[in-house]
Amino acid sequence: MSQYQRRSKEELAKRVAQDMFDGAYVNLGIGQPTLIANHLPAGVEIILHSENGILGMGPAPSQDAEDFDLINAGKQPVTLLPGGAFFHHADSFSMMRGGHLDICVLGAFQVSATGDLANWSTGEVGSIPAVGGAMDLAIGAKQTWVMMDLLTKKGESKVVATCSYPLTAIACVKRIYSDLATLECTPEGLKLIDMVEGLDHAQLEDLVGLPIRS
Amino acid sequence: MINKIAPSIQEALSAISDGSTILIGGFGTAGNPNELINALIEQGARDLTVVNNNAGNAEAGLAALLKTGRVRKIICSYPRQVDSYIFDGLYRSGKIELELVPQGNLVERLRAAGAGIGAFYTPIGFGTEMAKNADGSPKETRIIHGKPHVLEYPIYGDVALIKAEKGDRWGNLVYRKAARNFGPVMATAAKYTVATVHEIVDLGVFDPETIVTPGIFVSKIVKIEHVATAAGGFKKSKDAA
Repeated sequence: MSQYQRRSKEELAKRVAQDMFDGAYVNLGIGQPTLIANHLPAGVEIILHSENGILGMGPAPSQDAEDFDLINAGKQPVTLLPGGAFFHHADSFSMMRGGHLDICVLGAFQVSATGDLANWSTGEVGSIPAVGGAMDLAIGAKQTWVMMDLLTKKGESKVVATCSYPLTAIACVKRIYSDLATLECTPEGLKLIDMVEGLDHAQLEDLVGLPIRS
Repeated sequence: MINKIAPSIQEALSAISDGSTILIGGFGTAGNPNELINALIEQGARDLTVVNNNAGNAEAGLAALLKTGRVRKIICSYPRQVDSYIFDGLYRSGKIELELVPQGNLVERLRAAGAGIGAFYTPIGFGTEMAKNADGSPKETRIIHGKPHVLEYPIYGDVALIKAEKGDRWGNLVYRKAARNFGPVMATAAKYTVATVHEIVDLGVFDPETIVTPGIFVSKIVKIEHVATAAGGFKKSKDAA
């Protein structure tokens, strides 16, 4: 078996950032996707949207400049870039649901080969459900990308034939950026975009347990 | 003469009755009208339905209201947060009903109520748990332009409690940064809207091009002391260990 190295979280963020294009309006989901902001390619102007009513969101402020009226979707303090704007929630969700965002990047528990997404609940008995803006983003953005580890801690593939966790939306994911490979979800199933060095196609298909077109 | 400036929060909230649906602005801690919530606790109305994006942080504001046991039902999109333990306890012990709504549906249902729209179709939630009613029966669906949609109904408020930055005696409001969030929408969706402001200005001081909520949507404004919004709803890395 050949040797391969997983992409670190930072490497994965950099890989996603590579595919962002100049002028794109982008929403980065809570958690891992927020790392992408640190790796945007030079010379590319990306406008970040935050669901709570911000366009042109900038990086975290220094601790003495924190203002908790200026927070991101994860409720952490952020800044506003020159040219940025504030607006109310109905306008913000019109941007999301009305197809105005070019790209959203979300985390996921499971993604099906045809792009069904499960990222809001594991359906565990006794857990408190919370959905937030995940469904609005998944359906509303022009392109929905997922950023996640390919395998669970137990080594099971998070890319599946059919999601077993409660769905966020049907056939909404266009691309999966993972620590081992970048995949495209199509109505006909998975297609390979790239994979880490040292991993071969047959090995990847074996890990995922599904056919992957090259 | 129109004068929507109330002398005190207590006076502004005196008429709230048991069984009311209360729309409460805010996202996390930003835009939460804590002073109004505290006065509502003091006022004593019970059997309330509360609409907010979240379900309270730590002990203050909405969390304190939930703790009184006077909230029968909460309609929100994201109750579970690192510091939502008061809600978590009530929910787990069956003491509060939860209607979970995708955030965009939440705000659009409020917008519909404020705009006189009877119901609307949206693709959000189709094929998910959100396309079911509380009793598990399916919501109405319809294919529009080849895409499946779910029928969603407005959320009408009896009262909206919102936090703004500045206001005038006609009730015109401006907000501060991302604390604006649900305020302008909730103001339209309730029969009676109370806003706190940190500054009251004379009529004509606001540039009419910049008024965010026109006074027609506002019943009362009350001036409160300026208090910086506290952090909440996330795990601080320095506390994480």
